[in-house]
Amino acid sequence: MSWAFLRDLLSGVNKYSTGIGRICVAVVFTFRLLVFVAAAENIWKHEHDEFECNIKQPGCENVCFDHFFPVSHIRLWALQLIIVSTPSLLVVFHVAYRENREKHHNQKLYKNPGKTDGGLLCTYLISLILKTGLEIVFLVLFYKLYNGFKVPHLVKCDIKPCPNTVDCYISKPTEKMIFLYFLVATSCLCIVLNLSELSYLIFKYSIKCYLKRHVKKQQ
Amino acid sequence: MDWGALHTILGGVNKHSTSIGKVWLTVLFIFRIMILVVAAERVWGDEQDDFVCNTLQPGCRNVCYDHFFPISHIRLWALQLIFVSTPALLVAMHVAYRRHEKKRQFRTGDQKCEFKDIEEIRKQRFRIEGSLWWTYTSSIFFRLIFEAVFMYAFYFMYDGFRMPRLMKCNAWPCPNTVDCFVSRPTEKTVFTIFMIAVSSICILLNVAELCYLLTKFFLRRSKKAGNSKQQPNHENKEETKQNEMNELISDSCQNTVIGFSS
Repeated sequence: MSWAFLRDLLSGVNKYSTGIGRICVAVVFTFRLLVFVAAAENIWKHEHDEFECNIKQPGCENVCFDHFFPVSHIRLWALQLIIVSTPSLLVVFHVAYRENREKHHNQKLYKNPGKTDGGLLCTYLISLILKTGLEIVFLVLFYKLYNGFKVPHLVKCDIKPCPNTVDCYISKPTEKMIFLYFLVATSCLCIVLNLSELSYLIFKYSIKCYLKRHVKKQQ
Repeated sequence: MDWGALHTILGGVNKHSTSIGKVWLTVLFIFRIMILVVAAERVWGDEQDDFVCNTLQPGCRNVCYDHFFPISHIRLWALQLIFVSTPALLVAMHVAYRRHEKKRQFRTGDQKCEFKDIEEIRKQRFRIEGSLWWTYTSSIFFRLIFEAVFMYAFYFMYDGFRMPRLMKCNAWPCPNTVDCFVSRPTEKTVFTIFMIAVSSICILLNVAELCYLLTKFFLRRSKKAGNSKQQPNHENKEETKQNEMNELISDSCQNTVIGFSS
């Protein structure tokens, strides 16, 4: 089980996406996943070993690290990538349900089980709303957990067993900050793309409904 | 998910590129990505562990390292390669969109569709003309911009391309001006110069490809304005031959790259 599974899963969903949806998936993959695996993971690799406090008291470094990093940036980032990709599964399940239903009844119930119309359109819209919501939730979580997106090079810690207020130094703070900003920027870009896809679909189908009604009235 | 996935995506674009584009892609994968993964990452692997400062003051080493290396060379190269490879995705998406349109035409039984089955559509190589020309040319333009920006950022951040052996640091909490020693400076300098050289070659290839596409575009326009109606078949035959040669070159290159990466 690795990131390749996520990539294969999302490329399967791609078939049912709109043009903008496909661009969004491409953005997710190249920038976020590739940057995460190829660059970011190595920065946070030895974060605990390189976290240094100006004290010899055993246990003080461990306690301070745990206090300032309840969940490491990199783990939160990985969680974000996984959880934000899962609403796409709703679409895959719905299409599979349609195909299963056709098989069960042994007749063609839908013109094309994979075409986004009716129920599948609703599922797709819900998945888009969920994706956007989850992106925003994670951004807010990052902001609240770490008091903004800055990584300070020094933090002051006075938790037991540290005997007094002790200076603790974080490793590679500037590099971590650059990549955090990168994460935020790509997150926001995906939110914008999701919202534009949502509005495009709502606009397209409301025009369709309106025209249908208009034609019926004329008849 | 790693560089191999990028190779799969860009390998798909290879089919629709010009000959220079194919050379660029080969240079990118063999001389940049492979060198980065197989060699450079090991050289920079122990960069902070072996960055030693002449002081016992806790925190001084961390702060000095962060001051001299705001972003590590290796991460900058990884970002550069990702940014430079991304415009090719635009081309891949455009080709996929065209293919999708052709499949739709085929399914609705459109008279315009000249293919006999779906497999032919999947295997078809699109010529770089019309809107695909604009996508392809703008992707090369963006590639050039990204390469230049990253090279300049590199030069600006590290005051040139040399890695010094010794750096003097007096950031707080270091008690005074402290000597800090970088690990493997000569090896890092060698790799830095190598990556910069290959970057420059890639820039030249991109410039050449851009000039080639623009020249072709203007020639085609002048031919259309002139008497192109007299010999359309002869032109098509020559271009088909060139396409076949390109395919042979790209297939042999791809086989070499696949052999290396596995």
